[in-house]
Amino acid sequence: MKEILKILERDARTTPEQIAAMTGRDPAEVRQIIAEAEAKGILRRYKATIDWERAGEERVIAFIDVRVSPQRGTGFDDIARRIDRYPEVRSVYLVSGEQDLRVVVEGPTMREVAFFVAEKLATIEQVQSPSTHFLLKRYKEDGDIFDDEEPDRRLAVVP
Amino acid sequence: MTDVRETVRPAPPLSEAAAAAAAPRGLVNRAVAAMPPSGIRRFFDLVSTMTDVISLGVGEPDFVTPWHIREAAIWSIEKGYTTYTSNAGMFELRVLVSADVQAQYGVSYDPTNEILITVGVSEGLDVAMRAILEPGDEVLIPEPSFVAYKPCVSLAGGVPVPVPTDAAHDFKVQPEAIEARLTPRTRALLLSYPSNPTGATMCREELLPIAALCCQHNLLAISDEIYAHLTYEGEHCCVPRLPGMRERTILLNGFSKAYAMTGWRMGFAAGPAPVIQAMTKIHQYTMMSAPTAAQMAAIEALKNGKHEREEMIQQYNQRRQLIIAGLNRIGLPCFRARGAFYVFPSVAGTGLDCETFAERLLAEERVAVVPGNAFGIGGEGHIRCAYAASLANIEEALRRMERFVNRL
Ligand SMILES: Cc1ncc(COP(=O)(O)O)c(C=O)c1O
Repeated sequence: MKEILKILERDARTTPEQIAAMTGRDPAEVRQIIAEAEAKGILRRYKATIDWERAGEERVIAFIDVRVSPQRGTGFDDIARRIDRYPEVRSVYLVSGEQDLRVVVEGPTMREVAFFVAEKLATIEQVQSPSTHFLLKRYKEDGDIFDDEEPDRRLAVVP
Repeated sequence: MTDVRETVRPAPPLSEAAAAAAAPRGLVNRAVAAMPPSGIRRFFDLVSTMTDVISLGVGEPDFVTPWHIREAAIWSIEKGYTTYTSNAGMFELRVLVSADVQAQYGVSYDPTNEILITVGVSEGLDVAMRAILEPGDEVLIPEPSFVAYKPCVSLAGGVPVPVPTDAAHDFKVQPEAIEARLTPRTRALLLSYPSNPTGATMCREELLPIAALCCQHNLLAISDEIYAHLTYEGEHCCVPRLPGMRERTILLNGFSKAYAMTGWRMGFAAGPAPVIQAMTKIHQYTMMSAPTAAQMAAIEALKNGKHEREEMIQQYNQRRQLIIAGLNRIGLPCFRARGAFYVFPSVAGTGLDCETFAERLLAEERVAVVPGNAFGIGGEGHIRCAYAASLANIEEALRRMERFVNRL
């Protein structure tokens, strides 16, 4: 199953027929493995990687590191869940180090992101001293280089 | 396909030097002048005039060298590692090569005098031939084969003797075919599995009778195992591992294919001390030492390159299965090549010879493949398709080839 997952991670649009040919399996078997992975919540979603900047759309991203006083019984989980319900929040991670949670927030403008942090995040009782880092340039994301990839420099026919 | 065992034994080929001796003296050495240019070159010239070409003609990885390897070379340059190294190559690299060959294939070589770092397998081949051949010595070369073998033998004063292989035997060289071409002048046998251009591999059982022949007739083996890591089914069999072969084999390998390092020009030769010492002598006078930054990169590749190497190999394997299935489906039968990154389908069913097929495919559908006859006897009627190309390109190439074949 892992080989199939890796193929889909590289290109989610690879069809079961293609995967079957690539892995020497039967298309029906591939379809079944994929269905199983979907049912088990291993394969969660098929998404596109988009360079919004090139598409001419402004999107502001900020990384917000916050300290949180953990709660008896549930530790950080409850607070993390309170935060991750906001649609503005793209990711929430519990991290090691000085800060506890790393929150990634997206908004249409810097003002709106700052406003969200001040009004929504900072006001949660257990959240302390959020520090906001605005994303200025995306070089690489989830394994994809957003600068121009290295071109194919090979000659067209080589022994 | 003719059975090689029934093939009439060809007259021993005239050495290029002898053939040229009669010609009048021009600017260049007559043996060189008489040497035909690579069949691939002509095709390359044709392709370079065109745009929108999808090339399945590239015999090198489509991956760029993994970053940690590039970075190691950059670091070494920054630190000023810019001098010559020892003639045989940096000792640390030879130790790593020795350990790697031992771990991968179970053959041990003493890094002090049984390993030579070469400028690619290309140099290893040349130096090996020059170290072992005397004028007129014959070298058996299973064909179709990598294009440099014959010229390397000729330039060293030897006589290349092609041994045909065929699709009926999945392009594995047959012991009978070797035996039929032995003469008192036969000095060496060149083996190259996994094979460029056919993708053929040979397992231990298939190589055993060939090893026995080498021992019986006191032949040296030059084993170019540059695609060893790119063996997708079954285990690679390292020739010096076979009984009686370590003391008569020059093992050639390198970093070009497994680590996507073609441009670095890094290879190595391993063999019995007297041969490696002789090769080192030639290398010392002609090359001095392999490039230092590239040796640093090779050290990094051997130390930390396993993960990315295996990732690349997994991708080649997926493309391999896709292209084999695709070619068979569109009516270009090809056997299940187990190694390298080539498949060698037959185009005989289309009624076109391989050159016409390749030229028309290029002109009409903008897909570059290499006509099989560029690789010698047995290549006629086939084309070489390299799957060191992205999945998207392979699929688009297959679509175009299907359209082309259906039109014929
Ligand atoms: C069979 C074979 N041997 C040797 C070479 C040359 O390798 P290197 O880059 O190490 O000189 C190639 C390159 O295509 C090859 O296919």
